[in-house]
Amino acid sequence: MMLSTKTELERSALRIRLGIIRAISANRGGHIGGSMDLAELMAVLYSDFMRVRPDQPDWEDRDFFIMSKGHAGPVLYSTLALKGFFPYDRLDNLNNFNSLLPGHCDRTKVPGVDATTGSLGQGLSLACGAALAAKVKHTDQRVFCVLGDGESAEGQVWEAAQFAAHYRLDNLVAFLDFNKKQIDGTNDAVLSLGDPVKKYEAFGWNTARISGHDVLAIQGAVADMIGRKNGKPSMIVLDTIKGKGAVCVEQIENNHCIGFPAELQARVKEELRTQCRELGVEEI
Amino acid sequence: METIRYTGGKPEKEVFQVIGETLRGLFESDSRVVYLDADLMSSLKTQNLWKEYPENVFNTGIQEANMVGTACGMYLNGFKPYVHSFTPFASRRVFDQLFISGAYARKSIRVIGSDAGIMATHNGGTHMCFEDVAMMRTIPDVCIVDVSDPTMCGAFLKLTKDRPGVTYIRTPRRDLPDIYMPDACFEVGKGKVLRDGSDVTLFACGIMVSTCLEAAELLRADGISARVVDAVTVAPLDEELVLRCAEETRALVVAENANIHGGLGSAVCELLSAKRPTRVIQVAVEEQFGRVGIERDLRRYYGLTAENVVEKAKEAIKTKI
Repeated sequence: MMLSTKTELERSALRIRLGIIRAISANRGGHIGGSMDLAELMAVLYSDFMRVRPDQPDWEDRDFFIMSKGHAGPVLYSTLALKGFFPYDRLDNLNNFNSLLPGHCDRTKVPGVDATTGSLGQGLSLACGAALAAKVKHTDQRVFCVLGDGESAEGQVWEAAQFAAHYRLDNLVAFLDFNKKQIDGTNDAVLSLGDPVKKYEAFGWNTARISGHDVLAIQGAVADMIGRKNGKPSMIVLDTIKGKGAVCVEQIENNHCIGFPAELQARVKEELRTQCRELGVEEI
Repeated sequence: METIRYTGGKPEKEVFQVIGETLRGLFESDSRVVYLDADLMSSLKTQNLWKEYPENVFNTGIQEANMVGTACGMYLNGFKPYVHSFTPFASRRVFDQLFISGAYARKSIRVIGSDAGIMATHNGGTHMCFEDVAMMRTIPDVCIVDVSDPTMCGAFLKLTKDRPGVTYIRTPRRDLPDIYMPDACFEVGKGKVLRDGSDVTLFACGIMVSTCLEAAELLRADGISARVVDAVTVAPLDEELVLRCAEETRALVVAENANIHGGLGSAVCELLSAKRPTRVIQVAVEEQFGRVGIERDLRRYYGLTAENVVEKAKEAIKTKI
């Protein structure tokens, strides 16, 4: 497979961020921090690795993507809209009553969303099930799953981690969005996660730790993990900055879910416009 | 009226045997059927299936939440999952996983909760779950089967294989008498009249169905004509049948091996208070936790006896509206 260039991926990540901001602006608020910081990952996965058909979202042999931290719906929705799963202007309906885009990921309403998530800690189990099913079917389907660091306090995550290793689910690649912050403060203030690499290694997983904002590092790590086929599931820990992509959002101490008044929207959009000029991206 | 074969003796096959045989048949006829268990295959006597059908049977170890989540993930990728644990661990412990990863996400999953209510006997209070029915009833579009006879258990395992949503089958593992003929037909949402009667309806589910058949015989000796109905599915409730019984006998005793709040009795009362106010007396577990013991002692302690049903039936007849 031809992999994308650095510039192509950075442009994709920026377009994804523009979509996030469009969705969150329409409803004047939302889960911005943990959506913005995943733009590079989503750009890489959906540009280079996810084998999906936007015109046939339920294609039986597709790869699966499970956003276990379900509140990051905006980044997944923006990615799927850009990929052509549904019209881009649907992003304006985020969280409206009867919306086809509920803030938390919803597989029953959004084409291309594989898992309904939002009650934290459940996604890795779903990923295990989809990966085990692929093994039983003898298909080469891959399953990707994104976990939050705050979410990793949930016990079910570690049940699934043990299960994935036991069943040798080497078709499963998980990512930890390690931005070190959660709703009530830093992970270390609320409940320390410790060293996730050591934890997953101890659970019998392949592991890597890279910058979550370096598209080529992500691309290389994913290619490496899916190529290993050594009977182990893989965990790629992404060091990220919550709110990444707009300095004025990064600087908000508690930027998990924020109100998004017109004045802040204007500052964010100004920052993104500058990036568009630098990267040669047409503003959408 | 249903033709039945109830004698009160030992069943031809215990429930666990029927479950094992039925699952085997399902694996043979549909390669997409999978059964997951959280380290209780020895209890359900399904270890042989685990060995013989490695692409259909998976042991998750003692992690019920992940078992339900994994089953839901297998559904996403084309499979038809059945999961099993004891009732408290198959319901209370995994309620959020069943609700969100399962029902809310519109998946199709069947949950076998074994050792329903007092049938946890020697495992005692920690394993004795009376609240599962109330919890499960709050899940939109759920199907709850409180198994009254081994044939019925096998039938529902088969007939819900492709049913959308959460199906919850609560059952004892053994010591359930034969009530139904081997070729009995069942439907989701259809109760069965097992004995006709005009003075009172004994409306029951699970182990209380045979108890009500015994009670009806005792009532006959006192010159009282009692109708016996198996609700079959607590949810969806056979509303038409409940209303017909209320119309024709004007008094009901609802008997169940579950908490008095939120179960079959509540469902019947909710319906009748809105559609046809009728005298209803419940025989169920009242404000009690589980406790250890043999079935006979537990039945006496919680009032799940034919004698108590008789007493409540007479009271219901006396106080008909």
